Amino acid sequence: MRTLLLPAALALSLAGFVAAASALPPGNAERGEKIYERCQACHSLDRDRTGPHHTGLIGRRAGSVPGFAYSPAMKKAGAAGLVWTEDTLDKFLKAPTKFVPGTRMGYAGIKDDQERSDLIAYLKQASQKETAAH
Amino acid sequence: MSAVFVPSFRLGRRLFLTHTGVATFSATAVALMAGRESLAATSSSGKTANDVGILNTALGAEQEAIAAYQVGAESGLLQKPVLDLAVTFQGHHKAHADVLANTIKKLGGKPVEAKKTADYKFPTDKLKSQADVLRFAAGLEKGAVSAYLGAIPVFGNRDLSKAAGSILGDEAMHWAILRNALGEAPVPEAFVA
Repeated sequence: MRTLLLPAALALSLAGFVAAASALPPGNAERGEKIYERCQACHSLDRDRTGPHHTGLIGRRAGSVPGFAYSPAMKKAGAAGLVWTEDTLDKFLKAPTKFVPGTRMGYAGIKDDQERSDLIAYLKQASQKETAAH
Repeated sequence: MSAVFVPSFRLGRRLFLTHTGVATFSATAVALMAGRESLAATSSSGKTANDVGILNTALGAEQEAIAAYQVGAESGLLQKPVLDLAVTFQGHHKAHADVLANTIKKLGGKPVEAKKTADYKFPTDKLKSQADVLRFAAGLEKGAVSAYLGAIPVFGNRDLSKAAGSILGDEAMHWAILRNALGEAPVPEAFVA
């Protein structure tokens, strides 16, 4: 029995190592606010511009801000069930045109894991402010 | 506020208020607009459609910048020579928008229309001083630098990347000058992200 448990234990510990390696480091919203400056050509927290506003982003279905002219690709992604969570934002921000091919967000992405984590922490904080306000 | 070097301009307020910008195109932009056949030859239809989408996003941002400088000038908060600076920068954004729109058309796309100024919902209630307007403009310019930086690697057609780089350079100069006008270090870091 012991000989069977050892490989299983090893497999579990390796799986844990792999899971930990692919997880983002903890994010810092203060640093994220600085990174958000890169987004401000097209986005702001509270109003729709070339891109949709970001308050209330976490938990929002993709392509769902009323009145905003999304690309067909983004609307389709939302209709197919894409919801903005920390995980989906991470994937999108890393490579927008790969995660949602056809998105109008023609941006190479934020490749640095820490920067993405910081930005997501800031966006999460901004989402919570709108939730509190309502 | 530290002294701002503002070259003498012949372009007056009329330019600002009537949006009749004189577009002086760089060699890159002229080549881009003239070379429709070469653009089409090096891009698949899918890549061209993506490139048109990116160009239209950039065009939308440039149109917003044009409107923002208009609002800034009409606020009455900008004094000379800063007002002249804003006129010049608006003219540059008009030139960017013209090149982008013409390129979109040459690629078979339809340029996005500019919104009515009121529809941009600029935070005018927060703009109480010249410094507020400058800071707002600087934020837009800085964002534009980042946006073009992010767009350059994504274009399917590398001619478009080069043209975007040319525009990025101009936005970066705007940002630096606006920072200087605010009394901030014009070039705060060695790298921009």
